[in-house]
This record gives sequence, structure tokens and C-alpha cells, in this order.
Amino acid sequence: MPGKLKAKIVAGRHLPVMDRASDLTDAFVEVKFGNTTFKTDVFPKSLNPQWNSEWFKFEVDDEDLQDEPLQITVLDHDTYSANDAIGKVYIDIDPLLSCEAATVISGWLPIYDTIHGIRGEINVLVKVDLFNDLNRFRQSSCGVKFFCTTSIPRCYRVALVHGFVEELVVNEDPEYQWIDRIRTPRASNEARQRLISLMSGELQRKIGLKVLEMGGNAVVGYLQCFDLEGESGLVVRAIGTACTLDKLSPGTAPNTTTHTNTHTLPNTAPTSNACNSPSKDSKEPVFSEDPPHSLSGPPTPLRTLPSSSPPPFSPSKPCSRQSSSSDTDLSLTPRIGKTSPASSPSPPLSAPFLIPTQKLTVLFILLSQFIEFPIFTLTCFPPGFLVHVGGVVSTRSVKLLDRIHNPVLGNTRSYKLLDWNSVAADEPETRDAWWEEIRQEIKSHAKALGCHAVVGYSESTSICEEVCILSASGTAAMLNPRFMREGCLDTGGSDHRFEDASPPSCGFVHIPYDEFNMPFPAQLTYCYHCRRQKVPDVLFTTIDLPAEAEVTGKGCLIQARLCRTKKKAQGEVNATSISNLLPFMEYELHTQLMNKLKLRSMNALFGLRIQISVGENMLLGLASATGVYLSALPAPGGIQIAGKTPSDLSYDQHISTMQKRIDDTIAKNKELYNIHPPECIEEVVGSPIPDRQRSSRLFRSTSESSDELSELDLSHGKKDAFVLEIDDTDAVEDIQSLLTDAPIPAGFYSCNTEVMPGIHNWTSGLQMFTSVRVYRLSNANLTNQGLNKIFTDLCENLLKSLYFKLRSMIPCCLCHLNFTVAVPEEELIQVRGHTYLSTPLLLWSGENEEQLQFSMELCGESTISNNQPTAKPSAPSVDYGSFADRCSTWLELLRLKAHTIRRGSVKTSRRTQLLAHSGIANQQPVSLPCGAPVTVVKMTPLSFLPGTRIVKYLGIINMFFIRETTSLREEGGVSGFLHSFIAEVFAMVRAHVAALGGNALVSYSMKECVFMENPNKNQAQCLINVSGDAVIFIRESDQEAIPPLLTSRQTSSTGADGTT
Amino acid sequence: MSVELDVFVVNTTIMDEEVYQLWLDGYTVNDAVKVRMEGGVLEGCEASAEVLHSDTMDQYRTFQMCERLLHSPVKLANQLLFQIPPHRQVMLIERYYAFDSVFVREVLGKKLSKGTKKDLDDVSAKTGVTLKSCRRQFDNFKRVFKVVEELKGPLVENIRQHFLLSDKLARDYAAIVFFANNRFETGKKKLHYLTFQDFAFCAGQLISNWTVGALGDYNMVEDMDVDLEKEFLQDLKELKILITDRDLLDQHKSLVCTALRGKTKAFNEMEANFKNLSRGLVNIAAKLTNTKEVRDFFIDLVEKFIEPCRSDKWTAGDMRLYLTHYTNSAHVLDTFKHQVVWDRYMGVIKSCILKMYHD
Repeated sequence: MPGKLKAKIVAGRHLPVMDRASDLTDAFVEVKFGNTTFKTDVFPKSLNPQWNSEWFKFEVDDEDLQDEPLQITVLDHDTYSANDAIGKVYIDIDPLLSCEAATVISGWLPIYDTIHGIRGEINVLVKVDLFNDLNRFRQSSCGVKFFCTTSIPRCYRVALVHGFVEELVVNEDPEYQWIDRIRTPRASNEARQRLISLMSGELQRKIGLKVLEMGGNAVVGYLQCFDLEGESGLVVRAIGTACTLDKLSPGTAPNTTTHTNTHTLPNTAPTSNACNSPSKDSKEPVFSEDPPHSLSGPPTPLRTLPSSSPPPFSPSKPCSRQSSSSDTDLSLTPRIGKTSPASSPSPPLSAPFLIPTQKLTVLFILLSQFIEFPIFTLTCFPPGFLVHVGGVVSTRSVKLLDRIHNPVLGNTRSYKLLDWNSVAADEPETRDAWWEEIRQEIKSHAKALGCHAVVGYSESTSICEEVCILSASGTAAMLNPRFMREGCLDTGGSDHRFEDASPPSCGFVHIPYDEFNMPFPAQLTYCYHCRRQKVPDVLFTTIDLPAEAEVTGKGCLIQARLCRTKKKAQGEVNATSISNLLPFMEYELHTQLMNKLKLRSMNALFGLRIQISVGENMLLGLASATGVYLSALPAPGGIQIAGKTPSDLSYDQHISTMQKRIDDTIAKNKELYNIHPPECIEEVVGSPIPDRQRSSRLFRSTSESSDELSELDLSHGKKDAFVLEIDDTDAVEDIQSLLTDAPIPAGFYSCNTEVMPGIHNWTSGLQMFTSVRVYRLSNANLTNQGLNKIFTDLCENLLKSLYFKLRSMIPCCLCHLNFTVAVPEEELIQVRGHTYLSTPLLLWSGENEEQLQFSMELCGESTISNNQPTAKPSAPSVDYGSFADRCSTWLELLRLKAHTIRRGSVKTSRRTQLLAHSGIANQQPVSLPCGAPVTVVKMTPLSFLPGTRIVKYLGIINMFFIRETTSLREEGGVSGFLHSFIAEVFAMVRAHVAALGGNALVSYSMKECVFMENPNKNQAQCLINVSGDAVIFIRESDQEAIPPLLTSRQTSSTGADGTT
Repeated sequence: MSVELDVFVVNTTIMDEEVYQLWLDGYTVNDAVKVRMEGGVLEGCEASAEVLHSDTMDQYRTFQMCERLLHSPVKLANQLLFQIPPHRQVMLIERYYAFDSVFVREVLGKKLSKGTKKDLDDVSAKTGVTLKSCRRQFDNFKRVFKVVEELKGPLVENIRQHFLLSDKLARDYAAIVFFANNRFETGKKKLHYLTFQDFAFCAGQLISNWTVGALGDYNMVEDMDVDLEKEFLQDLKELKILITDRDLLDQHKSLVCTALRGKTKAFNEMEANFKNLSRGLVNIAAKLTNTKEVRDFFIDLVEKFIEPCRSDKWTAGDMRLYLTHYTNSAHVLDTFKHQVVWDRYMGVIKSCILKMYHD
């Protein structure tokens, strides 16, 4: 069934001079969609033409609407010779296909040329009339919403999480087609841009179809990647998590207000994701299952202990839950209940909690019935979703790219995608099989960790010539099945069985595996928070810090960097040598991370991302994560240094000075990150495997390296002290590098997760930046150590550079600090290596110190057990003694929640005022007399904007640009070229967001930034792929502010519900 | 190991005003790094010179990319390439169009031609302003000149609208355009003691009193503020009667002397020089129909009036007193019929001389 696409060309401005004689341009526009082309009249002799065209109408299949971009070409009319192209604009129609996203694309869009960059702007209007297609066998999937955000989008509630979706399309790379030899670089670049645009459209449509099959209506955590495999083609692949999302009605929007702040206040989090039934104005979070029961069922003893259910709720709220839609949901429950008796709403009184093994099996059955790959790309979850976290699972596989087939070489028929199923079934199949294999392996790792699901999952590749490393990593976890199954979400009864009777702030760290049959050596203790369950001593994860987690002190960015040389080789040999190196690299990266973690006196890593890039003669490994001290985990032991041969005195002395330095650093770091865990009695639970082993949460696919550290008898120090052995220069180097990590300058905080653990007061003054550096290594005969040192210096220098540039903004926090390394191809016989760092990252400028203090005091009593003198004696999280009596603890906790909510609202209002103040300054319209003001568009890699409320998601932005130059020197060399290109990409992204009616791009990421140069020929080429979610946000205005001195419960509840 | 490529791009463009100034002043990256180091920018940061160099490079690149937009500031407001907050835009433009008074003094009144541009290296050597900065300032003058040349309407307002400059800066540019158009001689040694601000003030006076636009009749003629009104210049010839008619001259002198007597120490000199001075001023007026003489307007003022007074050690107060009475007394002369022209002429002359009468 068709849809009607309408486009109108209004005007152009700032066009380049195309006619040297008159210094003017005779511009006209071609509007093309599919195979239909329309033209405007020529607007003679003007750099600011006013076409004001009629509406050009395209009647097309909705399948095409999803695949094809609208292509607008601006040309200069030339009477005697061929018309010269000025530039093009590709418009992705997809956001217009969903009724909840944008309705019109209207605004000034930069006219882009792959050789000249931006050349003026064009004002267009685009609309779509879509006729609903109810055909079951349709090939389109209009209406499925896509989000790059890896959490539940802010103005939606999740009704169901269906699970993993993936798709992959393959095509020949136009750059490598024979025709490329005869066409101009411009034509070749445009062919590529267009093809990738088509492929991403097709990919999205296919994923959409899968989602519809699963019964979902949205993809969250959509991650699309390109593999430029060169000769063997172009792979576009995407993964995501299919969900059913319900839009929050406008009336309930205030809920999200509280929400935008909630990440700072764990206990108020439910309000955020929680959400109301779509049509009703009820303020009741759907996730809190207790109210309906207190209404409908007789209060059971368990009900009186509401904290047993992870999603906390505000007891002060009235139970206004009579929404009809949730009732329908409820009615679905029995049906599902039958399929799996375990989830039937039987009286949950049987046991306060199930023992892990039982729970595991039950959950596993549940999940495996529904989801082929229980893999989730989400990193942030609704409260209660995550039951336990096992640890990081990762898999890498080295493949050789072969050109399996050679179909339709030189086929240029308008780059219409080939139907790969018929023409060349091999290739996508091969790639599919590769990934499938990897996902299976990930799944089996998760199983080995006693987990049934993988969360925070991501995939990546690194390609060098014909070798390709496929990597996947995620976090093994136990999930609460009620999110996966229809109806379960709203039935309170069924899921109590899967909850621990432990407070939500520590439940997720409890081990999911069987303690007597551990998958790897680990040291277990009882949870420092609830004292009921076992926890590991360290926890590594790829997800964001759960909102409900309790953290001591502040977090910080931890990086492990590694460089390994390898011999140059071809084909099979090369692949083998790479795969032989990989486990050692993983092992060393892991050791580095562990050391650095201990050095900072922390015990958990979040957002772990290990990237291994392959080059011709080296492998680079870069692991980044955010370290935190989880209050529920045991305090990390120190680091002990031991010499292998304690022979002479000077050597001992050397070791002891080193030891002292390390101890000093640890002490200093404790101060720096404000880590002062409450001292309490240590009760180490003997683990069946001897201690002192490296207890790794990283479960490697290649497991040969688990116990390489020799055992040492440590008569001194704490039992769980981490031992570094100095037996050769390597170890000395390691320790040196451990200690030489430059400390972060005062006033700066950095992390690679969405929110900075331990810091709660964000301002809306944010700044997003991208930095790219390429280094040339001069010496060919570098050793591993030498390379390591260089690589570490590069990373450190980049960070230092950032700190310097942003020095005027302190105190500020670099969030979502994301490093990407690559070793680009080399020309001819090279003796150099490139290191390529790209860091799209973001900065929050914090409030001044005073306010920071103020805010910490406000929420300090509930979230951080910090060492503040003002900490109230009633703070239960500090007073572990009171936990003896569980009931009282719960009550305590309840009270605490009430407190937090109230305080949360107070804080909100407080900040609102500050923001409102700054807002005046920021929102001043452009006061310059001429020209309409340009909409300010914020960009951020985070999924939210602090101090603001996202009111609408307008659709996904996924853009691919190529820029090429043949006058590199004239454009300011490589730096000048790339600088202007990135600036142009930003400009185009902003313009497209603004044209959709948005004022921000969230979850922004620059997924690809491939740079190639040939200085001898004065040429360079660069490819950039960026994506994100276009949104409309509004600032929390003054009107919403509550006077900061509210204490009564009444007001606190309104505060939590949101103020209108 | 060498840095091949080093780029830092922000969504909302960050600009360091200090580095911007260094860039405008024509410092090379290395020199700018040196200046910044000496300025102590690294203090308190654990950053090396390398970091500073990379930061300076980034900023320089940004400025270079912005420069194209700064050439037509109106574009800066609605361009999409850089997201710059409005107050920053204002700063960028204002600083870009700012000029060194030493430099402008050198080119004031010269033809803004290629020839003049070629000589900029001499100007640079003489003034100590870097050649790069000289070129920017010169190009700014030329650009403004070219744009307003073709526009109708009041000069200052046109400059302000097309270049989004502050009132003060727009007035200065109006003066520069006015001087360039009329090619007033400002480079003679005798005029060296005059600053740009002196000239700018005079230009303002001339523009608002002696041009076509000065009549307040805005019929939007081209160059209405740039060219002196022909009719008025013609009328000025009539003033000659003040010196050619002996009676009138004597009468004028006695009137002025009566008014001045006892009010100033320089009375004797005033009395003795009256006829010379009066001849000087009236002759300047009479000659203004000739374009060449217009160019010598300031040098004539200095030679014929300011220098004699200075050698007689008149104070500024004396000058004011003298000019006031000199102007007013002419009204009492029965046979002198050109009161309106006289006032229009003397009003400007008086304020110009008062401005120019200093060491």
C-alpha cells in the first residue's frame, strides 16, 4: 500500500558563486525519490534564490519510503554546457512514518558536496501521507519506533521487553566497483553515500518487521554499524532490543520531570520509568505492584513488607490505579500463567526468597521459551528488571574476509539493492553465521555464570586488510521475567517469588551462580548491605550503574591500555597469530584494570568496554570503564608487591619504597574519591577454591589464562590483598605505568557511563565534543614495552588536553567519555604505525563547589554513606547494626524512601531555580538584526539532558557522510580538513534535528570515523557515521519549582509526582 | 612519534578571547604559544607546552574557518556551521573589526587601493603592527567602504546594519570611509600630532553638517553622507566678503576685540593677529569648491589657524572664547547677509579646531 510523499522547495541562501563572470548563480533544484524526479524553475542570478515551488508529490510504496532517502540536488543552470551540481541534501523520511514522531520536516538544511563541503543552505518542506497497511505479508514496517538510547526512552513506559533483534545486509562497495575507475570521485562518493543510506533504510525496515512479528512496537538500544570490508564488500548490521512501549500521556508528563533527576536518587527512580497507563492520568507507577494488591487482595504478611519488591514506591501516594488498560493487561495473565506454572500467581508466602539454584532454573525455563537469544542491548533498566549480575562475558573471533562470490560486477542500475537472497545468498549468510556463532558463545558463557541473559550487549569489528576481528561483549545477568512476558508486568503476585528478600540497592550484586560450583575462582562474602546473600569481591559489568545501587564516594574513569606487536603476515597465518595473541591481551588488560581498580580502592567496574584493534604489525587494546565502590561489596584489599628472589638488601628496599608509593597512592585516592566505607566485621566466607587467586569476573572465551599468577605466601597485609610480583622488567614497567596515570586535575570528574556515580547536581550547561588524533610512530623496531608506553602517553595526553581546554568550566564532569582506537591501513612498505583516537564525549559543567556541597548534603543521607559530619544518625544505610531486625529495616527503608522522594523534589526545585536563571541567559534569541535566529540544538551522548524534560522523541538520526579533497594543503592540512568536516557533520546533524522540530540530539554517537590520506597527492578522504535520537526538550521552568523548604508529606508527594 | 592530526571539535563553539586576540594581532601559532606560556596559562594545570600548542592550533583553525563568515557578519547569525551563542558572535565581530589607532592613522585619507595595500609592509614596520594584522584591518576598511559605497541612506546606520558593529565602531568606520572618499591629507608632518580620534570627531562633524544628508532631508541619495554638499561649498565663496570688504573686516575685528577685552591674557596677540586669522579661515572656506583644496582642509586649518595661535600660546579656553565671539560677532555686521552659511561653516570649524587644538 502506498503512501504519498510531498516535498516543497522554498528557498536557498548563501549559495556559492557558480558564474565567475557575474559573481552570481542561476540555481534550480532537482527533487528525486526512487526513480521519479521533479525540477524547480531556474531562479536566475541570485545567491539567495526564492523558488517557492509547488508541492512535488511522489506516490510510492511504504517499503520504498522506509528504504529510500529523499534526494535534493541543487544545480547551477548553464545554457551552453552541462549544469553544474552545487550539492545535495539527503533527507531520511523515516521519522515521518511513525505517528508519534515528527509530522513535518521543515527548515534550512545545509547543501552538501562531498568535495567542497557545505555550500549554502536550502529551505524545504517535506510531508508524508501514509495509508495504513494491514496486510499481514507486507514488507514494510512503518510505525516501529527506533531509539539509539540504551535505556527506556523518557516519555515512554515499557510494557514488554521482547528481546534481541538483529539484521545484516551486504552489498558491494561502490568504491571498489570497476566503474569507479572511470567516474569522478564525487560520483563515487555520492554513490556510496546513497547506497549506505539505502542499506540502513532497508536494515531498519527489516528489523522493524522482526519487531512486528514479535509483537513489539519499538526498538530500543538500536546500534547500527558499518563494516567497510573493502574488496569483499560493505556490511551494514544492526542490533537492538525489541520492546512494546506505551507513550505516557501528556498529563502524566510531570512524572518524567522527577525522572530526569532520578538517576541521582536511586530510590525515586521508579517514578521515572514507571509509568502510567497510556490513556489515564493516574499517577501510579505501574511497576510498583503493591498498590493493586492492597486494593484488591487481602493484605498478607508479605504485603506489609513492601520493600521485598524491588521497585520502591512512594507510600504517600494515593492509590489511584483504576486504569482500564492495565486491567486488560491483568486479564492476560492467566494465559501466560498456564504456559509456565512457575509464574502463576500462587500465593507468594511460601518463602521469602528462593535459593539461587531454584530460581535460576525457573527463570531459565521461562526465558528460553520466549527468546532465542536472551540478549539485550540496554544498559539502563527499569528498576526491578535486573535481579542479579554475574559479570562480563565477551567473545572474540578472528575471521578472514573472502570474496565468496562475484555477482553482478559493475552493475550500476541505480544502486538498487540486490535481492541477496536470490542473487548471492552466500555472503549475508556467512556474516550472519559468524555473528550467530558469537552470540551462541556469549550465551553459553552467560549460562556458565549461572545467568540466563546478557545485558548491555554490544558488537564490534576491527578490520585490517582481509583479517577481521569480531567482538561481542555484555554482562551476564538474571532478569526479572515479568518484563518479558505479557501481562506479568502488571500482576503483582507472580514475581515475588523471584525477588530476594533483600533491599533493591544490593540485590543485583548477589551472585547468580551456585557458590559451590563456581565457574571461576572467586572470593565470596556475605553482602555488606543485607548480610543474607553472597557477593563476589569484585564486579565487572558493561552496563550503567543501576539507579538503585548504593555507592560509597565518587566514581572515576579507569583505563587499561595495551599494545602488542605482531609480525606482518598474510591470510591464514596472520589470522592465527592474531588469535593467538588475543587471549594474552585480554588477560593483560584485565590485570591492568584490576590493578587500577584496587589502586583507587574501588570494587566494581561499570560500562566496561574493551576494544581490540588490529593493524598490520600491531594490536591495540583499550579498555575503559567507570570504577566505583559499591557499598554492598567488600572493601578491596591493597596491592602487595613481592620480589621473586628476595636476595639482596637494596632490592628489598626498592620493593618497599615501591610498596610505600602504592600505599600512599591508595590512601590519596581514597581521599580524592571520598571513599570511606564504614568499618565492619569481616566475615569472609570460605570459598571452595583457595583465595589469593585472581578473582575474575571476566569470563573469557579463551580460558587458558585464568591462573597464571603463581601463589605467594603473604604473611603480611590483608588476606585478600592483591599481589604484584616483580620478577622481571615487565613487572616493573607495569607497576610504573600503574603509578604514572596522571591524576585528574581538581574540579574534574570523568566517567564513561551516563551518570557520574556519586555526583548528583547537574546543570544544563553541557558541551559535547569530539577529538581525533592520529600519531605516526617513527621507530619500526619498537618493543612491546616501548609501544605500551607510547600508547599510554597518547591516551593520557588526550585526556590532559581535554582537561586543559575545559579548565574554564570546572567543576565539571566528563561523562560518557568514549575512546576509540584504530590502526588505519598503511601504504606500501611502512615502518610506521598510526594510532587513531576518536573520542566523542561530553561535558557537564557542574555547579560551583558550594552548591555541590549543598546537594550532597541533601541526598547524602540516603544514597551515599559518606563521611560528612552532618550525616544523620538515623541514616539506615550507614547503620548496619540495625539490619539485624529485618522488619524494622524494611520499615526503615520505607521511611527512607519517603525521605528521598521528598528530598528529591526539594532538590529539583532548587535546581530548577538555578536553571531558570541560567536559562534566561541561554535562551535569548539571536539579537542580531538580520536573519531568522538559528535554533540552538544540543547534542549529547547521554540519553537525557540534565535539568530538562524530554517531551517528545522525533525519530532516529542516522547519517553517513563522505568528504574528499584534492587540495589538502590549501584546506589547512589533514587537521584543517578533518576539523571542518567534523564541524560540517555537526552542522548537518543539528540542521536535520531542527528541521524535524527538535532542539536536541540525545544518545549521539560517532560510530565510524575513517580517515585516509595521501599527502603526496595532496588528497584525503574521510567517512563519518553519526547517529542519535532527535528530541524536543523543555527546561523545567520556574513555575514548576517548589519552595525549597517543604517538609510536610502532602507537599512532598506532589513534589514527587511532579509539579505542573 | 609525531602528531599527524589533532582535532578538537565542539558542538557549541568554545573560543578563548585571549587566543582570539593573539590571532587577530597576527601572531603565529608558535608565538601565540609563547605569549600564552608567559601569561601563565599553564599555571595550576598539569599541562605541557604540547597541550598548549594543540589547543592554540585548534583555536586558530576555528578562527580561520570563521573568518569567511566574519567578512559578512550578517551571515554569522544565520549560518549553520558553527553554533555560537549570540553574545559571543557580537564579541567576535566587534573584535574582528576593531583596529589599531596607530595603523589607521597611517592609512587614513589614503585611497583604499591595491597600491596602498602593497605598501602595508612599510606601515607594518613603522607601526609595529604585524603585517597580517595590517592586512586584516586594511581589508576591513576596504570591505566596509565597498559595501556602503553602493548603499543609500545614512552612512553610520548602513555600517551598523551591514556589519553589526557597535555605534562607536560604526562611527569610526564612517570616518574612515569619509576620509578615504574625500582623500583628506592626514600624513603631513604638521598633522602628525593629531590622533585618529581627533580626525574621527572632525569627520563626524563634517558628515553631519556639510554633506547632503546633513540637511535632514533623507531622500536617500547615494553617497549622501560621503560627499560634501556642492551647493554649500559654492555658497561658501560668498563669505569672502568678510575679508575683501575692508569695512566689514575692521568692523568685525572691533566687535570681537570689544567682546574679548579683559577676558584673556592673550588679548594682545588676538588683536594683532585678527586679520590674518580671519583671512585664513575665510580663505579655507572659499577654496573648498576645489577638490584638491578639500584634501588640504586639515593641513590648512593647522597652518593658517592652529599654528599661529599655538605660537602665541593661546590656551584652549582662549581658543574657545575667540571662536565663539568671532562667530557671533559676524551676526551683528549689518552688511553681512550670509548668516546661515556662516553658521553652518563656523559651527564645524569651531568644533574641529577645538578638537584639534592640543599638543
